Amino acid sequence: MRMLRVGRWITAIGLVLLAGVYVRALVYTPLEASQGLAQKIFYLHVPAAIWAETAMFLVGLAYLFTKDPRLDRFAASSAEVGTVFCAIVLTTGPIWGKPIWGTWWSWDARLTFTLFLFLIYVGYLLLRGAVADPGARARFAAVLGICGMCEVPFIHLSVYMFPTLHPMPIVLQPGRPKLPASMLETWLLSLGVFTLLYVGFVVQRYAVSYLREQLEAMSEA
Amino acid sequence: MRSPNLVRHAWTIASKDLLVELRSRTAILSVAVFVVLVLVVFHFGRDPTAVSNIDLAPSILWVTFTFAAILALNRAFQIELENQALDGLLLAPIDRSSIYLGKLIANLVFVAAIELLGVPLLALFFNVPVLPVLGPLALVILLATIGFVSVGTLFSAMTVRTRFAELLLPVLLLPFMILPLSWAARATGSLFAGRPLSEVDGWLNMLAVYDLVFVVLAILLFPATVNE
Repeated sequence: MRMLRVGRWITAIGLVLLAGVYVRALVYTPLEASQGLAQKIFYLHVPAAIWAETAMFLVGLAYLFTKDPRLDRFAASSAEVGTVFCAIVLTTGPIWGKPIWGTWWSWDARLTFTLFLFLIYVGYLLLRGAVADPGARARFAAVLGICGMCEVPFIHLSVYMFPTLHPMPIVLQPGRPKLPASMLETWLLSLGVFTLLYVGFVVQRYAVSYLREQLEAMSEA
Repeated sequence: MRSPNLVRHAWTIASKDLLVELRSRTAILSVAVFVVLVLVVFHFGRDPTAVSNIDLAPSILWVTFTFAAILALNRAFQIELENQALDGLLLAPIDRSSIYLGKLIANLVFVAAIELLGVPLLALFFNVPVLPVLGPLALVILLATIGFVSVGTLFSAMTVRTRFAELLLPVLLLPFMILPLSWAARATGSLFAGRPLSEVDGWLNMLAVYDLVFVVLAILLFPATVNE
């Protein structure tokens, strides 16, 4: 199928570029003064986090209004990719935390709430697995997705209310980014690559679920 | 014309649920015993010489309420499964949102009854000075309860028609409960520690906004969970 091939190509290009981002991050981007090498994980951690959260927003898309099965398929694909990206954030976070904070896990507000985002995703996938009827599955998933979407701003607000060890946002903040230009360039490049990876994964996953539905329809007929 | 009917129908459904509960009393008694047991387990699960009661009290209170509420929420739509009662409700010429509102009111009364038992027991078992902060504490409990019961009622309408309903509800609901719970636990901690009320303000505001957003959202989304 053409879509699956396109998805594979996008993902492959994304993965090659990701290697490129890391070459650039390690060789051509200056070392951060206080954190040293550990800061390099930032180029992986933050773009993954941004897409992990954005995927949640996309999941809540207007399936309920249109009842279009394509939207539901897209929501399911996006949630699965979001789960993987959340897992990347939750893995890279502690790897950075060990040398910088001196502990793998700190129950820091952001870390905790990324964990909850991850759990919402897992719950979403579990709910999809537990409903047999495709129509009900799509509606339930949309309801949970929209609730998840509305939860995210509260999570963000909470970050500022709890005492935290997590670095405050330095790119997406009021005023201009506080990052030196060379680091910002590497970071933006990485964000672009992660966007490509997100699109590639979702397209592939979408194609797979479409094929599966076709197969099920054929076996029933 | 529509909104008075909405409330009236909701109240009819809520009073039906509460009447069923009042006649049988099985669920409320089980949950009440459960609350006592959780509080007792908490006592044996800690070293009283190492952790003072006052430090642990907010956690005890909110963990107990969390589990008791989940037990109560599972019940709301479970009772409608027998004899296809839910289909009957859906066939009634009323707004679907009023079914949700009715269930929400019944659940709130149910959970509030459990909390009315839980707070004095906490004060009794753990010697926590509840009386001086009763007013603000009641407000914190009320706001937090509305928050997680509104989401929980919505979710239980979905999970009740899945396999493993009793297991799936907490798995879906806990990530949503954690936010209001964490704010409520902080506020409760400040209250028990005798901190000024101004310290609790921020948490109360967050809880109120959370309630507003999720009650409105659940009213809008509920019809999607029952439409055939």
